[in-house]
Amino acid sequence: MTKIGLIVNPVAGLGGSVGLKGTDGMIEEALRRGAEPLSNDRAAEALTELIPMQSDLLICTGGGALGEQCAASLGFRTKILHPAPGRSGAEDTRALAKKLVKEGVSMILFAGGDGTAADVYEAVGEKQPVLGIPAGVKIYSPVYAATPKAAGELTRACLSGAVAAYEEAEVLDIDEDLYRQGRVDVRLRGYLTIPLERRLMQGRKAPSPLSEAASAHAIAGAVISEMLPDTCYLIGAGTTTRSIMERLALPNTLIGVDMICNRSLVESDVYGERILSLAEGRPLKLILTVTGGQGFLLGRGNQQLTPAVLQKIGKENIIVVATQMKMAALGGRALRLDTGSAALDRQLSGYYRVITGYEQYTVAKAE
Amino acid sequence: MKRIDRSSKVRTNFHQAKWDEPIIFELSTPGERGVSVPKAAPAVAAAVGDGVSDLPESLRRREKPALPEMSQNRVLRHYMRLSQMTLGADVNIEIGQGTCTMKYSPKVNEQLAKKICDMHPLQDADTAQGILQIYYETDQYMRQISGLDKFTFQPGGGSQAIFLMASMVRAYFESRGEERNEVITTLYSHPSDAAAPVVTGYKIVYLQPDPETGLPDPEAFKAVCTEKTAAFMVANPEDTGLYNGQIGELVKHAHSVGALCCYDQANGNAVLGVARAKEAGFDMCHFNLHKTFSSPHGCSGPACGATGVVEKLIPFLPVPAVEFDGKKYYLDESFADKKYGVSKVREFMGVAPVVLRAYCWIRMLGPNGLWQATKTAVLNNNYLFKRMMSIPGVSAYYEDGNNQRVEQCRYTMEQVTKDTGVTSGDVQRRMMDFGMHFWTSHHPYYLPEPITLEPTESPSKKDIDEYADTVAYIIRECYENPEVVKTAPHRSTIHQVDETWMDDPAGWAITWKIYNRKYND
Repeated sequence: MTKIGLIVNPVAGLGGSVGLKGTDGMIEEALRRGAEPLSNDRAAEALTELIPMQSDLLICTGGGALGEQCAASLGFRTKILHPAPGRSGAEDTRALAKKLVKEGVSMILFAGGDGTAADVYEAVGEKQPVLGIPAGVKIYSPVYAATPKAAGELTRACLSGAVAAYEEAEVLDIDEDLYRQGRVDVRLRGYLTIPLERRLMQGRKAPSPLSEAASAHAIAGAVISEMLPDTCYLIGAGTTTRSIMERLALPNTLIGVDMICNRSLVESDVYGERILSLAEGRPLKLILTVTGGQGFLLGRGNQQLTPAVLQKIGKENIIVVATQMKMAALGGRALRLDTGSAALDRQLSGYYRVITGYEQYTVAKAE
Repeated sequence: MKRIDRSSKVRTNFHQAKWDEPIIFELSTPGERGVSVPKAAPAVAAAVGDGVSDLPESLRRREKPALPEMSQNRVLRHYMRLSQMTLGADVNIEIGQGTCTMKYSPKVNEQLAKKICDMHPLQDADTAQGILQIYYETDQYMRQISGLDKFTFQPGGGSQAIFLMASMVRAYFESRGEERNEVITTLYSHPSDAAAPVVTGYKIVYLQPDPETGLPDPEAFKAVCTEKTAAFMVANPEDTGLYNGQIGELVKHAHSVGALCCYDQANGNAVLGVARAKEAGFDMCHFNLHKTFSSPHGCSGPACGATGVVEKLIPFLPVPAVEFDGKKYYLDESFADKKYGVSKVREFMGVAPVVLRAYCWIRMLGPNGLWQATKTAVLNNNYLFKRMMSIPGVSAYYEDGNNQRVEQCRYTMEQVTKDTGVTSGDVQRRMMDFGMHFWTSHHPYYLPEPITLEPTESPSKKDIDEYADTVAYIIRECYENPEVVKTAPHRSTIHQVDETWMDDPAGWAITWKIYNRKYND
């Protein structure tokens, strides 16, 4: 008997159908406008793919709209770990996710949007295999399968052993208030572990490119080999930049900024003023990577890198690293700068030599 | 008498030959012989003994080599069966191998090439005047076609030609005492345009395509092309089939900072008689004779990347070249810079039969024929383009209205994948059920769900229609019966292979010896 977890965020996607661009804090308004919940149907589409292996599956989930309703309607055996909510919110998602990890499920399927992914991440961290069933209004996080059906197929492939590799994918969230005003402010919340479906990524006919991990390793080697003595380096958030810290055997703050000098840690998780005082009297360089498919180089998410810090560093001291796959996902679009200061954005705009491998660069425009 | 029904353009009744043929090592029968080697004559035996004892002990085999033991007819049968299970250029409508210019190679040229099989590269030039004349004249033709000043046929393939270009770039700057360490290329140029300079010690800077036009951004180029740049190495048209009309501007800028410009014309099928490397200002270029000039592809084997240079770079070309003194053709090394020149990238003179076939093809067509080949190839491609773009779900990027595809196109079926979950890899396998194939793209996929097609001048309209109808048929299947596409091929030699074991090097067996060690011991 294989145990898998299911979390349905019953209100995910409510806002989109009535033009609200997201559901955070807008549930009443959405329902008033006649929104129909979609996430239950989306989750059912995914679970339908698992019906052939139903006899071996136990779906661990929450009561009612949290998943029980969906799983039971398709004839799955269920184990209810969390009571049905009156009206589900982030609290229920997080509580149920924690209980599923404790239960030892092999995979957690969750139906929702970026907000749901962020809640799941907060509860389960980076180790638990999960996969998102797209049901939200806005989905920027690559932790979601392309379609609900694809989520079901991929889960089936994992359970049957056909897919055995996993990767870390970004959990991104955007500020819905700003989004409703037509601005996209993407924030990196963390990383979830999702199954890696090679077939969807590339064929086997030609020599395969390096895996993301191997690419990041090569990039780290390139960056480290060019580090100057007595120069402070700020290592920005992300898995590509993390590999630099790994190769130096230094502790890394995955979604924060660390400072190193002469290959040693100066301080972890540094911030604004602190950065400036630590680097006092020494040259300061910043190593950044590109966020997800959105191509954000500096967004408001990098709060640690205040305008004063960026001002001191300057464009010529910003080192950008990204794997070829990440750059390919941008399709040649410019990297985006949104420091919060239009003047600073202008100063930092222009062409960057993004390090995409050992002694290998890709030119990208930032604007 | 029953006739084969071919009223349907789409070959729904096709089935590829499929033999349950083991690998040749498993067919071995101990003691079975292909040839009975006669015993040495007494005089020979007296002179050399058993022929083995004179070898030092350490060089002698302790055990017999584990080669298959088989009679001739069984060997022949084995390989004939294998050949029937392939989908070669001579049995399918060869449109699907985009960027590779898989045009028809006239069989008469094959017969002519056979005539030089018995020649040896070390035989005296006096006894090889014919093939030397062919080298000499092919060089002259290549000069006309490209506008450059001298060619070598030594590289045994396209990538080796690129390697030669990179090596000449290095030699040139070494001779001038200049230190430059970067080579710029574009993402839609062949991956070897980056790989070969890496091997010669350069850093690589890639230019990305503009999301609207698909062409590299000239401003990005100017931002990175500096005194550190040794060369700009680029294909035009690129893999997208888009011709970069601004190439002259980029070359001009590169020259202004002292860099060399190398033109990857492996696929030159869009430009014969239309545009030349010289007029665009390039310092060197290469043509794959096994693409544009009709010699068959050697599958990474015997081929030729004819490489040409402008006057100032002639001393860096490999040796020898063929010259003519008015009476005789001879091997010439006098042009070479002994200190900095590249000297050699391959033994002797390269692959002579490939040069011979290309020579025959050029002579058959003449200058106007070459130009016509390009015009027909471009027309064919634009007809195919129109057919492909009318298939629901198939589209192409970079349709900004200011440019058009020349001889090839990289399509995308991204919409089909979004709608149905069927990928271009699935459709690629399904094509085999109709006796056809296509190539997706280099990796990583820069365009999603790619299909890269290049008809060349060879197929008729009817051929192109059959190909396009088959693609359209399969795309319709994606919507109506996606499972049949996802589980394809059904009527081919082999069905889907479980690739998961490929992730584990512990399971790999790339030789029979390793297979035996891992699985039979």
